[in-house]
Amino acid sequence: MGMITGAEILIKALEYQEVDTAFGIPGGAILPAYDPLLDAGFRHILARHEQGAGHMAEGYAWATGKVGVAIATSGPGATNLVTPLADALMDSVPIVAITGQVPTHAVGNDAFQEAHTTGITMPATKHNYFVTRAEEIAQTVAEAFHLASTGRPGPVLVDIPKDVLNARVPWRDPEPVAMPGYRPTVSPHPRRVREAIRLIESAERPVLYVGGGIIKAGASEALTAFAAMTNMPVITTLMGRGAISDNNPNTLGMPGMHGLYAATTAMQKADLLVAIGVRFDDRVTGDPDAFAPFAKVIHADIDPAEIGKVRAPEVPIVGDARLILEAMCERWGDTPTPELEKWWTTIRTWQERHPLRFDQQPDGPLKPQHVISRLRDRADKDAIVVSGVGQHQMWASQYWRFDQPRHWINSGGLGTMGFAVPAAIGAKAGMPDQQVIAVDGDGCFQMTVQELITAAYERIPIKVALFNNAAHGMVRQWQRLFYNERFSSSDLGQELPDYPKLAEALGCAGLRATRPDEVDGVIETLLEIDDRPVVAEFVVDRDEMVFPMVPAGGSNDIVLNGPEDL
Amino acid sequence: MSEQQVLSVLVENKPGVLARVSSLFARRGFNIHSLAVGPAAEPGLSKMTIVVRAPELEQVKKQLHKLVNVVKITELDAGSAIEREIMLVRVRAGAKQRSEVLQLAAIFKATPVDVGVDSITFMVTGSPTKLNDLLELIRPFGLVDLVKSGRIALNREPKARKLRAVG
Repeated sequence: MGMITGAEILIKALEYQEVDTAFGIPGGAILPAYDPLLDAGFRHILARHEQGAGHMAEGYAWATGKVGVAIATSGPGATNLVTPLADALMDSVPIVAITGQVPTHAVGNDAFQEAHTTGITMPATKHNYFVTRAEEIAQTVAEAFHLASTGRPGPVLVDIPKDVLNARVPWRDPEPVAMPGYRPTVSPHPRRVREAIRLIESAERPVLYVGGGIIKAGASEALTAFAAMTNMPVITTLMGRGAISDNNPNTLGMPGMHGLYAATTAMQKADLLVAIGVRFDDRVTGDPDAFAPFAKVIHADIDPAEIGKVRAPEVPIVGDARLILEAMCERWGDTPTPELEKWWTTIRTWQERHPLRFDQQPDGPLKPQHVISRLRDRADKDAIVVSGVGQHQMWASQYWRFDQPRHWINSGGLGTMGFAVPAAIGAKAGMPDQQVIAVDGDGCFQMTVQELITAAYERIPIKVALFNNAAHGMVRQWQRLFYNERFSSSDLGQELPDYPKLAEALGCAGLRATRPDEVDGVIETLLEIDDRPVVAEFVVDRDEMVFPMVPAGGSNDIVLNGPEDL
Repeated sequence: MSEQQVLSVLVENKPGVLARVSSLFARRGFNIHSLAVGPAAEPGLSKMTIVVRAPELEQVKKQLHKLVNVVKITELDAGSAIEREIMLVRVRAGAKQRSEVLQLAAIFKATPVDVGVDSITFMVTGSPTKLNDLLELIRPFGLVDLVKSGRIALNREPKARKLRAVG
C-alpha cells in the first residue's frame, strides 16, 4: 500500500467527508496541509483573519445545512478561532476546525506559536481532538464530522502537530463512527407524545414557541402542518426566524426583549407553551420567574440538558424536532381543528393595537426601519439575510418577512459583533446562486471589514446594507435609557471612515444614501451590481431606538412599545 | 453534609478527560467536594467517583452526559451505597501520649504506618463518617498533617441477588 503524508491523509479525509469548500489561513504549523490542499477536490477560500474564516464556515453551515470547515495554524491562528467556535457552540452551528500544532517534541515547551489549543477551546467546542498519530487522522476527521452534524449540532476542533502531518503512513478508509459515550436520543418516546397531545387538546390559550432546533432538524414542513391542524399561534425566536413562513396567518413573529408585543404577550397569557427546539433564553423570557406564569409547558429538544434548565416542563420530550412534530401530527390525526376563537380574537386585538411602527418624515432623518422595509420589498424572494449584532439585527428580524428556513443568519446566543460580513461570504460561497445580503451596523462592520477583501479577491459578490448611526447603537440606546444619556465610548464618528471610499479601496462598489429620497435608488444599485461585492451605506437617525422593549431582567408583562412608554 | 450527592461516572480513558470533567464543573458553577479516579473493571474505561454539593443534580448529570467521553453516570444512593475513603493522618504523640493514641487508633482499625519521636502516622480506611469521627477524637492530641483520597463508592447489589452480607 502506498505511503502518503499525514497532510495528504487530512485532505483526503476532508474529501471523504464530501467537503466542497473550506475557509482558512496558512501558517507555520499547518503548512504541510496547505501543500496537498493545492490539489484538493474542494475550494479553499483564503480569509484575512482566522475569526473571519470561522464565521465564514458558520455562514456556510447555516445556509447549506452542511458542515462548515475552517483551517488555521497553531498559536494565534487557533486562538483567533475561539470566538467563532464559541459562537457556533451557542447557536448549535455544525463546523469543524482543523488547526496545526507545533511538532510533538516541542509541545509543552512554549515553542514559537504554541498555544494549548485543545485546552483553550475545550469549553468552546462540542468536542475536540489532539491527534498524536497520522494513522488516526482519517478516523478522527470522520468522528469530528459526525459529532458536528448529529444530535445537537456544534463545533468540533481537530488539532494536529506538524510532525504528525509530515509522517508517512498508508491511507485507510475511516470506519463507521461508534462512540460509546455519544448516542443522542432521536426518536421521541410515544408516551410523551401522547401526553403532549392530551395537553394541547385541552388547552384554551396554547402557543407554539419554536426556535433554531426546528431549522436544524429540517422540521419546518411538519411544524407548518402541525400549526394548521391545531390552529395554534406560532412564535419564532431570533434563532427560529423562518422556521415557519411569516406569511402564515398563525405566525406572530419574534418574542422577547425586542419582540413583537403580540408574540411576547401571547406567551405571558398562554395556558400552554409547546416549546420545540428552544432553550428559554433570557432574551426571550425576561425575568424567568415572571415568564408565562399561567402556562403549562411541553418542552421538546434534542439536548436533554436544555429541558428543565430554566423552566421545569410538565411534559419533557427528548428527540429530533422533525420526528417529534411528525409524531405529534400523526397522534393528532383526525382530531378536529379547534377554533380557539376567543384566544385568536384577543391576539388579533393585540396585533392591531401594538403593531411595529416607525415614523419616516419625507424630509426628516433617515429611519433604519424604513431602509429595511424598502430593502425587504425589493430583494429577491429567496434572498439570504445575514446580520451582525445590535439594533440593526433587531430591526432586520422584526421587519423582514422570512418565508423559508435558512434564509436568516445571525449570531444569536453569543452576540458576536462582526459576524455579518464573513458569515455572508460563507453563505454566498455555499449558495452562489442566491442573493446574500448582509445587514450590518457601523460598529460591527469595523470589526471584520477586512473580509471584504476576501470577498472581492475570491469573487464572492455579497451585498452589504450598512446602517451608519455613527455609534454603537444598542449601547447608546441603553446609555440613553439607563445611564442618564451619558454616552460613554459609544460614539464612532459620523464620517469616519468614509465607507463608500473604504469599500472601493477594498475592491467593492461603494454607495451612500443620507436622505429618504435617495434610499430606493441606492437599494436598486446595491441589488443590481453582481460582479463584485457592494457596500451601501445608509446614514440613519442615531437617536432611533429599538422598540418594543422589555428592559433587561424585567418581567415580560411590561413591554415598552415606544418612547412614550418610558 | 446531607445535600452531598455521589456520582459514579464511567469515562473513556482518554487524555484530557479529567480536564473536561473539571472544566465543565467550573464553567457551570457546580461545586466538587471530592473527586477520585482510577481504572474501571472494563478495559479502556476509568471510573470517577464525584461527590458534589449540588441542588441542581439533574443539570450536573445532563451536562456530564454531553461530554463525549462520558459513557455512563450512576447516582449512588446516599444511604445504602458502599462508600469508602482512605486517610493518612499524622498525630502529635510523644512518649507520654503514645499509648493513648495507639489505643484510640486501634478502635478505628487505623494502622500505624510510620512512627517518629514526636508523632505517629496512621492509615485508616472507612466511611467518611468513620474518618471524621476518628479525626475529631485525635484532634486534641495535635494534628500535624492529613491527606484524604477522596471518596470511592459502589452501589450495593440488589437484595435478591446478594449472596451474603458483608460489612
